[in-house]
Amino acid sequence: MTDPRPERTLEAVWRMEAARIIGGVTRLVRDVSLAEDLAQETLVIALERWREEGIPENPGAWLMRAAKNRAIDSLRRRGMMERKETELSEAVPSPGGSGDAAEEAVLTALEDEGGDDVLRLMFVACHPVLSTEARVALTLRLLGGLTTDEIARAFLVPEPTIAQRIVRAKRTLTAARVPFEVPKGPELGGRLSAVLEAVYLIFNEGYAATKGDAWVRPELCDDALRLGRSLAELVPDEPEVHGLVALMEIQASRTQARQGPTGEPILLLDQDRSRWDELLIRRGLDALSRAEAIGGAYGPYTLQAAIAACHARARTADETDWVRIVALYDGLVALTGSPVVELNRAVAVAMAFGPEAGLEIADRLAAESVLESYHLLPSVRGDLLAKLGRNDEARAEFERAAFLAKNTRERTLLLGRAKRI
Amino acid sequence: MRFMMLIIPKGYEKAAPGTFPDAKDVEAMMRYNESLKKAGVLLALDGLHPPSMGARVSFKGGKPSVVDGPFAEAKEIVGGYWMIQAKSREEAIEWARRCPAGDNETIEVRQVQELSDFPEDVQQVLSKEFKASAS
Repeated sequence: MTDPRPERTLEAVWRMEAARIIGGVTRLVRDVSLAEDLAQETLVIALERWREEGIPENPGAWLMRAAKNRAIDSLRRRGMMERKETELSEAVPSPGGSGDAAEEAVLTALEDEGGDDVLRLMFVACHPVLSTEARVALTLRLLGGLTTDEIARAFLVPEPTIAQRIVRAKRTLTAARVPFEVPKGPELGGRLSAVLEAVYLIFNEGYAATKGDAWVRPELCDDALRLGRSLAELVPDEPEVHGLVALMEIQASRTQARQGPTGEPILLLDQDRSRWDELLIRRGLDALSRAEAIGGAYGPYTLQAAIAACHARARTADETDWVRIVALYDGLVALTGSPVVELNRAVAVAMAFGPEAGLEIADRLAAESVLESYHLLPSVRGDLLAKLGRNDEARAEFERAAFLAKNTRERTLLLGRAKRI
Repeated sequence: MRFMMLIIPKGYEKAAPGTFPDAKDVEAMMRYNESLKKAGVLLALDGLHPPSMGARVSFKGGKPSVVDGPFAEAKEIVGGYWMIQAKSREEAIEWARRCPAGDNETIEVRQVQELSDFPEDVQQVLSKEFKASAS
């Protein structure tokens, strides 16, 4: 039997180093697609060698060096090494000449102490030439070090679909000659939003799975949290990055409380708060303070984090500061104009000022029919109607919500509520 | 998964109150902590004062009795910890291997128990409050 350790260590080290390695190689070959191919080839070689010769002393550095050597070979094959040397000799004082010394200069120039390559890679993976789906897949692949198979399982789509999506995305990036750089000036804001969006989409797919039998997939939440925390260290002056981290930390703190013994979802106000993770709550509140300390108007993530913080600070559901939550939702609606946010505001308004006031907002949304196939609209209306004693209408709404819900667990919960009225 | 990396510095068991590592070692350690943060894996960390500033409470015969530090019999003393999030035991070990620890130091890597790791009966005790409020 083969020793499983080299494979497991390689897997672990790849997760830790994927972003830095692919980033470093991209900086050299100027093409993320080629860089990723070279990195994958390196992985195959690494596994072979580690099985034969044992795991190297410093596996991370081994991988980095092996990948860069492949990059240099590739440049040489394409006759670009000479140009690279000239380019580098201007930037790096090199002993001159060619051969090993020049190679060493190339390798030294590739050190990335500050994590700039990782940041550049994030912006490339979430570039606007790509579809949102492609950005998510590429982010997990290039920055999270996930295999296509892992991504496919996380999103419950067939493996070839993800493989195709990634191949196409890499081709698009090459064709568009997307530069390997951190956007500057007025461009930065929009580009950063795209990165944050991709990270939050990953988190949400783990936190409230849109499809399938499992309601939560905590591994995906962990991946997103890791990316978010990393981003917060790389661009520490952007309040929304901390806002997003705060939001994810606080939401993740409820993971153990959101599911009953058989995996059924438990709504926020019914959760056993002693099961909330204090460490993550503290981290979330700290991140929120960092966002607030930078100043400026609250962005959408910071607003959502501030709402989540209101819940996190309340020791019991009754202690929730609903009036503050309504005020924060007012800000969020003004900022996003999103009907889903407006629906959440309806819930908060009902809690702060009574079910009638909340129902008025929900009814308006129903009349506008923008959320026609969104199961949470009838679910919220059902809830408010039940509170007002309008049971027949409430039951019909819960049944309608169950019909629209795509997640099996959620559907069961909604049908249960319809039956209990 | 969460892991705790416990650092065990040999000699710390005898250290005088108020002993701190020197600036050079601290600097290397700060860089390491920074790398854990940049990777997004660091959840918490703390350093601990030497045992000469602490105490041990033991419970022989069901009665607590207190002994002030340092503890003559202690061979291994925890000097601090990192709490990290990792995908696997292998990853946690790899992070530990990168620590710029000294010749006299050992890092023990231990997985943190999560609610879902416990057997059913323990989980039920832990979630009693939920059951009471749900019924």
